[in-house]
Amino acid sequence: MAMTRIAAPAQATTGEIIQLKVLIRHPMETGYRRDLYGKQIPRDILKRFECRYNGETVFAAELFPAVAADPFLTFYTRATESGALEFRWTDQNGNVTSETRQLDVQ
Amino acid sequence: MIRAGLIALALFSSLPAVADPQFSGNDDLASDRVQSGSVFLTDETRQLQEDGFANPGYLWVDRGRSLFASRLSRQSCSDCHQEDGERPMKGAATRYPQVDSKTGRLMNLADRINECRVERQSTERFEAESEELLSLTAYVTAESRGMPFAVDIEGEAKPYFEVGRDYFFTRRGQLNLACNQCHDDNWGRLLRGDTISQGHSNAWPGYRLEWQTFGSLHRRLRDCDLGVRAEPYEIGSEIYTSLELYLAWRARNLPLESPGIRR
Repeated sequence: MAMTRIAAPAQATTGEIIQLKVLIRHPMETGYRRDLYGKQIPRDILKRFECRYNGETVFAAELFPAVAADPFLTFYTRATESGALEFRWTDQNGNVTSETRQLDVQ
Repeated sequence: MIRAGLIALALFSSLPAVADPQFSGNDDLASDRVQSGSVFLTDETRQLQEDGFANPGYLWVDRGRSLFASRLSRQSCSDCHQEDGERPMKGAATRYPQVDSKTGRLMNLADRINECRVERQSTERFEAESEELLSLTAYVTAESRGMPFAVDIEGEAKPYFEVGRDYFFTRRGQLNLACNQCHDDNWGRLLRGDTISQGHSNAWPGYRLEWQTFGSLHRRLRDCDLGVRAEPYEIGSEIYTSLELYLAWRARNLPLESPGIRR
């Protein structure tokens, strides 16, 4: 079960700049660490985050091994029309975690 | 030279008297000097803890809230425990560890959750330190955020309390250090670039930056024991639960901060 937290306004006025905050549970294991027995701990990281506003990408970020566990991102977009905000995290194996929030623009 | 010698002598005489290994202390930290561990954090870390969204500990609180309401077996936790009903969770965490009236044994919150799983939900215990158990404990503890501990240390709890307090004042490990030597006698001073806190338990379960994840007080205690190069006890062991009781009493004047953020 993916654990995520998303802070997105439910309503906005046309043209308003809205703040979006996302937090996801992920170990972001670098692949450089070794366990107690000297064995390498395999890399396990998220590679990409994307926010789509009615299907259009309005924000994207590449993530690397240097990013700490449980990555937290804050970004902004301009509210233009009512619709869906989709938040997508893609890990190194291409698995996607996706959450959607509705935005009502007046 | 003589002057330097005098200074050295003065420093030496201010050190705590060398205690015998069985020393059971009674010089508890004075209540007017009690300070939460958050006081010893950087401003940034403290702000992260206080941020109701960005604090990563809330990932576990959120999951715990949904587990609490979900029907894991024939009964969900929230079937019995309603916010404004008979058995609300607000304040519950402040009364743990406590002695179970049926078995007479000391139980912390995680033990109680597991007992409910077996006795009332007719299902299996969660493993110690599992994500599920941490999440439920995080949720229930967060319901008491801002309230002080209110543990009972009298009656049946007294022997456990004594064991916990003894643990705190007993030297152990290759470094031969007792908890109180750092956390009562030397808090606020530097130890390898870090400020020594008073060692209070009011932030737990919490998110530890060193772990890059969420964990229980017992996991933190294992790190303390490893730090003085002592053999750590198991998570959920009675001795750590007894120490947890002493620590809860010791932190009784502080508000619960769980989910806390610590270095």
